Amino acid sequence: MSGIYIHIPFCKQACYYCDFHFSTSLKKKDLVVEAIVKELKMRQAEFKNERVETIYFGGGTPSLLSFHEIDSIINTVYKFYKVNTNPEITLEANPDDLSKEKIKKLSKSAINRLSIGIQSFFEEDLKLMNRAHNAKEAKASITAAMKHFNNVSVDLIYGIPGASHKRWIKNIETTLSFNVPHISSYALTVEPKTALKKFIDKGVIENVDDEQAQQQFQILLEHLEVADFIHYELSNFGKEGFFSRNNSAYWQGKSYLGIGPSAHSFNGHERSWNIRNNSIYINSIKNEILPSEVETLTVTDRYNEYIMTGLRTIWGVSVDKVEMEFGKTHKNYLLKQAQKHINEHLLYLDDDKLLTTKKGKFLSDGIAADLFLLNL
Amino acid sequence: MKHIRNFCIIAHIDHGKSTLADRLLDATGSVTDREKQEQLLDNMDLERERGITIKSHAIQMDYEYKGEQYVLNLIDTPGHVDFSYEVSRSIAACEGALLIVDAAQSIQAQTISNLYLALENDLEIIPVLNKVDLPSANPEEVTDDIVDLLGCKPEDVIPASAKTGLGIDEILAAIIERIPPPTGNVDEPLQALIFDSVYNPFRGVETYFRVLNGSIKKNQLIKFIATGNTYNADEVGTLRLKQFPRTEIKAGDVGYLITGIKEAKEVKVGDTITDAKNPTQNAIAGFEDVKPMVFAGIYPVDTEDYEELRSSMEKLQLNDASLVFVPESSAALGFGFRCGFLGMLHMEIIQERLEREFDMTVITTVPNVSYHAYTTKNPDQAIIVNNPTDLPEPSSLNRVEEPYIKASIITKADFVGNVMSLCIDKRGQITNQTYLTPERVELNFDMPLAEIVFDFYDRLKTVSKGYASFDYSPIGMRASKLVRVDILLNAQTVDALSALIHADNAYHIGKKMCEKLKELIPRQQFDIPIQAAIGAKIISRETIKALRKDVTAKCYGGDISRKRKLLEKQKKGKKRMRQVGNVEIPQQAFMAVLKLND
Repeated sequence: MSGIYIHIPFCKQACYYCDFHFSTSLKKKDLVVEAIVKELKMRQAEFKNERVETIYFGGGTPSLLSFHEIDSIINTVYKFYKVNTNPEITLEANPDDLSKEKIKKLSKSAINRLSIGIQSFFEEDLKLMNRAHNAKEAKASITAAMKHFNNVSVDLIYGIPGASHKRWIKNIETTLSFNVPHISSYALTVEPKTALKKFIDKGVIENVDDEQAQQQFQILLEHLEVADFIHYELSNFGKEGFFSRNNSAYWQGKSYLGIGPSAHSFNGHERSWNIRNNSIYINSIKNEILPSEVETLTVTDRYNEYIMTGLRTIWGVSVDKVEMEFGKTHKNYLLKQAQKHINEHLLYLDDDKLLTTKKGKFLSDGIAADLFLLNL
Repeated sequence: MKHIRNFCIIAHIDHGKSTLADRLLDATGSVTDREKQEQLLDNMDLERERGITIKSHAIQMDYEYKGEQYVLNLIDTPGHVDFSYEVSRSIAACEGALLIVDAAQSIQAQTISNLYLALENDLEIIPVLNKVDLPSANPEEVTDDIVDLLGCKPEDVIPASAKTGLGIDEILAAIIERIPPPTGNVDEPLQALIFDSVYNPFRGVETYFRVLNGSIKKNQLIKFIATGNTYNADEVGTLRLKQFPRTEIKAGDVGYLITGIKEAKEVKVGDTITDAKNPTQNAIAGFEDVKPMVFAGIYPVDTEDYEELRSSMEKLQLNDASLVFVPESSAALGFGFRCGFLGMLHMEIIQERLEREFDMTVITTVPNVSYHAYTTKNPDQAIIVNNPTDLPEPSSLNRVEEPYIKASIITKADFVGNVMSLCIDKRGQITNQTYLTPERVELNFDMPLAEIVFDFYDRLKTVSKGYASFDYSPIGMRASKLVRVDILLNAQTVDALSALIHADNAYHIGKKMCEKLKELIPRQQFDIPIQAAIGAKIISRETIKALRKDVTAKCYGGDISRKRKLLEKQKKGKKRMRQVGNVEIPQQAFMAVLKLND
């Protein structure tokens, strides 16, 4: 069971915090889509023995694609890959692209899941982050999406400078009022080389505050727990049966094929990534050359990745799995290193599973690093 | 003997000594192209990177001049104040010296003190004005400076550029014509000066010497006068780029000796080599046992590595006799060693060599000088305090003495005010002020050595915009009002961070130490109070706020690889931290007090 990720590297405008690969000039959109279709053909051998369970359009802003473009990509997948009978096909979308008509039409396509980049229902927040939509569009898009789609996810951002807890609670409540079955929620993160970083360095925007982010994260957990959401990954919450199948695959070490500029792939022992440049990508694919770099993972690399991703999820890190896949030394090391964090109530053992406590969740990177093994 | 010339080079760091040495080797055909490597004489990696010569070396060149064949022995000298004793022994082995002065920067304090040493030893000085090709060169003015200083004629100063090769032939001619040949009597009993030694892991210690009288022969039974040890001269020879074994090295010449000595401390620079059966009655004057000036604790980051650290230090000591250490233990850091160094640079070099050559990650504690403490019970009996924790309780303390130095600083007249306030800030007392030229001033201060240890060089450079040079020599112990400032992390005293500080500066420095540690210690899962205390009295406090968020919000297909590498890097960084109580302290925090003004 595997997934295909399609990266659409275009946006109408740049959100200040974003460090993903995209271009705000849509001139090469046709050529990129053409190349994506071709890359799908070129790489079919990599998934010879795999069944495709999920297809995910991410970006960038995939809702900039025309229906025809979406169809041609999905059809190509069906033509060259073995697709399961009930695949999850997600489109990331921005509210400003989601008119009622568009949503209706999308619901007739093979797309069966919408992930909408709402982020906030307050104009101040949206302006501060340079989002392309306004609060009104945000609400309208969810209403329409819920009418035509069974499976809708909403993205929310917390820890926004100047955003009070009161405003954050309002954002959560508004989201819940639409009855969406899935929410992804992220702390605003200042990435290097972003506009947000520059503004903060210059003092134009106040810096993010970890204390505020931590408190708003806790507020989120409390509200979503009451609303019957399952906190299945650090930033992801779903109703029973509505977890993102595509994203869960990343955290469970399943293989995936990343198509398009900057997309990453994983086949169980190698990670590879396409070049982060639209023109080079287009030209290279034209010449039947995949412009990508490959990294082969050692046993310890895979162990470290399992720890890192496992601690973020409801499935935790299985000690038995560590022993089976990586060996006894890794298992003993893991248990030895974990003890300190168990004593400090940051981790706990449930059967053979190592999980983060409520207190440990927001510190899980540091804990993971401590459980890492280093290659000599 | 009249065809031998022994000379050294006196120069300030960066004034081009090593490059000039390379040029001389080139011009005399001492190096084949294959052997050419920038700055040949500095053969430790560390030396090449830092651009300073740590250990002195010697090399012999052949040169034909006016139809006659000459042997030129160049004795290289280290250019840092930490190694000034070695410089003095190299100078004692020569009859002449090239005084290299940068045509842009003129004469520096280090150069002057070495020049005085050379003049005391009656060396013939050949002034060379180097880097005259630089656009910033100021040859006329700097020549005047040199003429003032040496009382020579302007024509005696040789303009040169080691970079372009200008003046090299003139320098070689001057070496032969101006420097006198060595004197000495081959028929007298052997009398040779040890001016350096180098540790060779395969052949043992190589001793470099200059024969003053008599000769040294292969398989001769010889004796080192200061240590009293006798050895068989297994091999003697001259130093080219490679060693050339000979049967005999005669009076006036320079050579190397191999006796199978395994430990560098058996060979003391300044010692006299003589014949064991027919010893000379005259040991060469000026021998000193080099004493460490700066002390610090060295501890393994991982307590389990203590034995490995011991064996690494023992190996280091084999080739660095000036390193001394004794075991000590710290409540905070466990078992380690209290080490004595010639100076701060020497300390840094040892730390780096431990990491590079032995892969030992160590923690170096706050360095200090050696104090004398006297108790009220026993007011005449000095207790030597090489570690702040050894200072007796204030109630039983009669007085403390600390080592003083005489500092010589040469600077541009414009910066005299700045330099003076810095030195006074560092508890210096001015003893002399001399205008060497209308533009250049020499200032002398009596200062506590401890103040030099703590960020003095860097601040001197800052306040003089780089135009001050500095040299010092010890002048004995003086009584001082010292207190011990302790640092508490999470209410627990960390003995490795304690420092002895003059009472007047204690509050100020305590406060700065807390601030610096707050900057250097990473946030942990709980608040960490940092306090500075004198005895039971808290004089300053800072708090490192608890870490609230240590996770990235997103971790999807494209993030995993990058994120893993980031966390691996973080983990590597943590390996260099030391857990004290429940606080993790990074290696560099222990040296924080040295860099309070950064």
